[in-house]
Amino acid sequence: MKLPLSWLKGWVDPGLAPRELGDRMTLAGFELESIASAAPAFSGVVVAEILSAERHPQADKLQVCRVSIGGTELQIVCGAANARAGLRTALAQVGAVLPGDLKIKAAKLRGVESAGMLCSAKELGLAEVSDGILELPADLALGADLRAVLDLDDPLLEFAITPNRGDAMSVQGLAREVAALTGAALGGPDCEPIPAAVEGASAGSPAQKSASVSLSAGTACPRFHHRVLVDIDNARPSPLWLRERLRRAGQRSISPIVDITNYIVLELGQPMHAYDLDKIEGRALDVRFARGGESCDLLDGRTVELAPDVLVIADAAGPVAMAGVMGGVRTSVTPETTRVMLEVAWFAPAAIAGRGRRYGLTTDASQRFERGVDPELGRRAIERATRLMLEVAGGIVGAVEVTEVVAEDGAAAVRRAPRVTLRPAEVGRVLGLEMPPDRVVELLSRLDIQQVDGTAHPAAAVGETLTFQSPSHRFDITIERDLIEEVARLVGFEAIPVIDARAVQPIRALPTSQLEEQRLLDLFASRGWQEGVHFSFVDPVLQEQLFPGVPSHRLSNPIASDLAVMRLSLWPGLLRAAQENLRRQQGRIRLFEHGVVFPVGAPEIDRLGGVAVGGRRPEQWGEDEAPSDFYDLRADLEALGGLVGQAGGFEFERASLGCLHPGRSARILRNGRPVGWAGELHPRWVRELGFPSAPLLFELDVAALTVEYPVFAEVSRFPQLRRDLAVVLAEEATFSSVLEGVTLSSSGLLRHVFVFDVYRGMGIETGRKSVALGLIFQDKNSTLTEEVIEGEMAAIRAALTLRLGASFRE
Amino acid sequence: MGDLATLLRQALDEVTASTTLAALDEVRVRWLGKKGAFTEQLKALGALPAADRPAVGARINEAKQQFEAAVESTREALAGAAVEAELAAGRIDVSLPGRGEARGGIHPVTRARLRIERIFRDSGFEVATGPEIEDDFHNFEALNIPADHPARAMHDTFYFPDGRLLRTHTSPVQIRELRKGRLPLAMIMPGRVYRVDYDMTHSPMFHQVEGLVVDEGVNFANLKAVLQGFLRAFFEKDLRMRLRPSYFPFTEPSAEVDMSCVFCDGAGCRVCKHTGWLEIAGCGMVHPNVFAAAGVDAQRWTGYAFGMGIERLAMLRYGVSDLRLFYESDLRFLRQFGAA
Repeated sequence: MKLPLSWLKGWVDPGLAPRELGDRMTLAGFELESIASAAPAFSGVVVAEILSAERHPQADKLQVCRVSIGGTELQIVCGAANARAGLRTALAQVGAVLPGDLKIKAAKLRGVESAGMLCSAKELGLAEVSDGILELPADLALGADLRAVLDLDDPLLEFAITPNRGDAMSVQGLAREVAALTGAALGGPDCEPIPAAVEGASAGSPAQKSASVSLSAGTACPRFHHRVLVDIDNARPSPLWLRERLRRAGQRSISPIVDITNYIVLELGQPMHAYDLDKIEGRALDVRFARGGESCDLLDGRTVELAPDVLVIADAAGPVAMAGVMGGVRTSVTPETTRVMLEVAWFAPAAIAGRGRRYGLTTDASQRFERGVDPELGRRAIERATRLMLEVAGGIVGAVEVTEVVAEDGAAAVRRAPRVTLRPAEVGRVLGLEMPPDRVVELLSRLDIQQVDGTAHPAAAVGETLTFQSPSHRFDITIERDLIEEVARLVGFEAIPVIDARAVQPIRALPTSQLEEQRLLDLFASRGWQEGVHFSFVDPVLQEQLFPGVPSHRLSNPIASDLAVMRLSLWPGLLRAAQENLRRQQGRIRLFEHGVVFPVGAPEIDRLGGVAVGGRRPEQWGEDEAPSDFYDLRADLEALGGLVGQAGGFEFERASLGCLHPGRSARILRNGRPVGWAGELHPRWVRELGFPSAPLLFELDVAALTVEYPVFAEVSRFPQLRRDLAVVLAEEATFSSVLEGVTLSSSGLLRHVFVFDVYRGMGIETGRKSVALGLIFQDKNSTLTEEVIEGEMAAIRAALTLRLGASFRE
Repeated sequence: MGDLATLLRQALDEVTASTTLAALDEVRVRWLGKKGAFTEQLKALGALPAADRPAVGARINEAKQQFEAAVESTREALAGAAVEAELAAGRIDVSLPGRGEARGGIHPVTRARLRIERIFRDSGFEVATGPEIEDDFHNFEALNIPADHPARAMHDTFYFPDGRLLRTHTSPVQIRELRKGRLPLAMIMPGRVYRVDYDMTHSPMFHQVEGLVVDEGVNFANLKAVLQGFLRAFFEKDLRMRLRPSYFPFTEPSAEVDMSCVFCDGAGCRVCKHTGWLEIAGCGMVHPNVFAAAGVDAQRWTGYAFGMGIERLAMLRYGVSDLRLFYESDLRFLRQFGAA
């Protein structure tokens, strides 16, 4: 909310510099967002009167004006169509500097001397667009500095108003806060009743034919003030003071009547509406909920279909306004309007809340009504509006009529501000700042929150409660905590001490099985992987390519069509990131990510995934530039297996997943349970996605990465012996089948088996390969003899021959 | 058999002529071996008269020792020369880089998050997480944000057709934890959150960390202490903090937390828009309505909560200027965060 300081000062004068006032308000919960002046910097502009304006001899569109600045006459060439004799306007004299650092010099335009420039509002930074030069009131002194006479150095303070404080969305509301904070006296404009102008409402006068109002939706709208004004002139421009105040608050001038309704919202926080009385069908309005199929043409040019929970103002022909949000075109006030009906209604917040937003409408009115407008404000607002309308548009006024729905107790069914009790001890319990009851009472009274149950005294007994009346404008004060908040706000949060809580923390369990995230990430980081973070929503096209037919969660309102579905895997994000990095000339990519994925019909799954493209090692001296392959990836995964358990941790089982190369991918198992996938991207998608070589991918369920803690096994004191065995067998035979044959046939003396070469080519027939094994034997109780080892080797050879048709190379 | 002096001279000449350790060893064996000249001389002693034997024997031994000393010193010289030669030949260029894998790194937002978790864990807080696809109850309703509440306008929410949504903050985890009924509790809840917003300073996905402490007698003064302690620990600066009243539906009183600018120490600079302050967190005392929705007895327990944007903390800590860099996985950006 933009608050011109000059406007505030009409209500309360805190005697503070603008910045200081802003800081005080910030520390009271109204954040100062900016301070600006009512106009951008300019100098050397004075009030001038055009004495004569004649056509430029050489140019149709220019006029040569004689201009007076009081005592001095100047000749100015001007291109504005509204430059005319008798007009008071703004003159930038020679030497003036206009916004945008435009320096005004004496000039010759088409051969005619011009001693300055007559200015438009736009040229002075007072408007975005303007039509012609500024038109000033005739009573401004000639030669006076424009900044001074228009008070253009008036500071504009912009405050952020939190959604709980609808009451502060007005000059009045902010003035109340300033008064409470500073103790300065709160004033206000004249809102005294204006009686109906009886002579204007004599027999036959249209003012008598007021409109009638009925309230069919009595809970949503239990109170409605209206009044008729006739013989108004809405075609004249609004006076400068009105236009300037609206402009400073960020609004455009439209017509005197509309300007005043907008002015009242800004000044008092009371939204109101003016109808062209002659356009109301049947001269009767009803406040009711919309009926099926109804629509309304709104002032912003849109037509909205009205749902049955939308409150409307309707005449005999249907809705004329979306209540509390925006008026309709059909009954709108125009410059030609001579008779208006003013509406100042009270709408219950629940009846307005969210309705505008549903249609993309957030208006000054809807923002205030959904936060809550003081139900007692209407009468003052309509009187204030009347006074101002008579001043700016003339006319004759009818009587204020009030239509009310009453509750069972006979009083109006508007919101009644509650009484709220407060236990003074609770202030200390919540804030950590003890406060005597009389201080609490004093602080709250500054906000017009009055104690209603007698006198507080500092030594209030434990358990004693104080009762306060919440003011009608405060919709946010309904429970004890609301009062404590107000107390805290008024003493200032700075006054609350900083106190460490002293509490003994119970010792908590530390499960070994839980792998620390830091260690997981560090492992990959230390093996050359770079962690990335990608959006959880991905491209539905890419996801469908990788996981055809798998359903995914689709967003109703994605920010972009390629970020429309929740990821089923970390791969879509990782592959996109890899593509982007290739585009940035990064040849070798090893990216990993830790985050959840979102299967349909199952809980979110915490995953670790990665993509690797390019060389096995960073390009360097002394290393071949071999591309990474499955086994490089597997080494990293085995390192992770080693982190979480003894004996390798993971098994890799050949399996195919649609998006991976069927011959170069594996399902990862842990203790026999599938926990993830690793492999090369399917050649089809390698080409489709434009990768220069096949990316390697992996993905693991993080929940499966439980740590198995180590258990000691006796270390033998006897020497170990190594035998090598070159097993020649069919190409299809897997290493795991060889390993199985070896381990099943050997006794407990075989400690360790490893492969140190896989060879194909010379000496080995086509379709077969030689797998060179290193076998380590060791006994716990004695030194092994040649005979024993030979026996072991013979058994192994026999088993491999039998199971796999293996032969052996020397 | 020549006389001893001649033999010794001859032997010493051979030692001097040896240019390799192998040649020297061959010379030594030849002279001192079983058939070596010195051994022969000693064997011949028996033929001498007994009276002469000690003196002759002593001379022979003296000559032998002289020879052995010469061998030893030559050996040392040759060994030294051999090492020298090996060193000269074996010189490498230590300025060449090492071989093997280069270090990767952890994402700056993760680094910041792990640092936050560490600080709070060390102070007795637990770390909890919750689902990212949430329902209206946990994300709004239970947090005192009923349907059509104006505060919903502050949360531009991603929805799914079934009415569920992507959580707009980590606060729903508070509700899930409170409903477990394990009190007292002190925990932080980091995680990804989502809002429909995308520009220089807004990302549709970002990270928050939420803190919640519920105990008998915890109050706003304790909240101030925890926040101030955390900010000083995280930034390793003796920075100042101020709390401004604000509004969150799920806390009351609520506050925005400002800290003195970490770049100018509060003097005013471009980053803090010349105010000297940086907005860093939101906080407050848990609203009684939230306790009611979570089944916590507000007469017995009080609680405070706070929330921070992890990206903001990371940007201030590492001087990152554009939020969007965090999600582009540009390796040239990420590689800057490799150090532990």
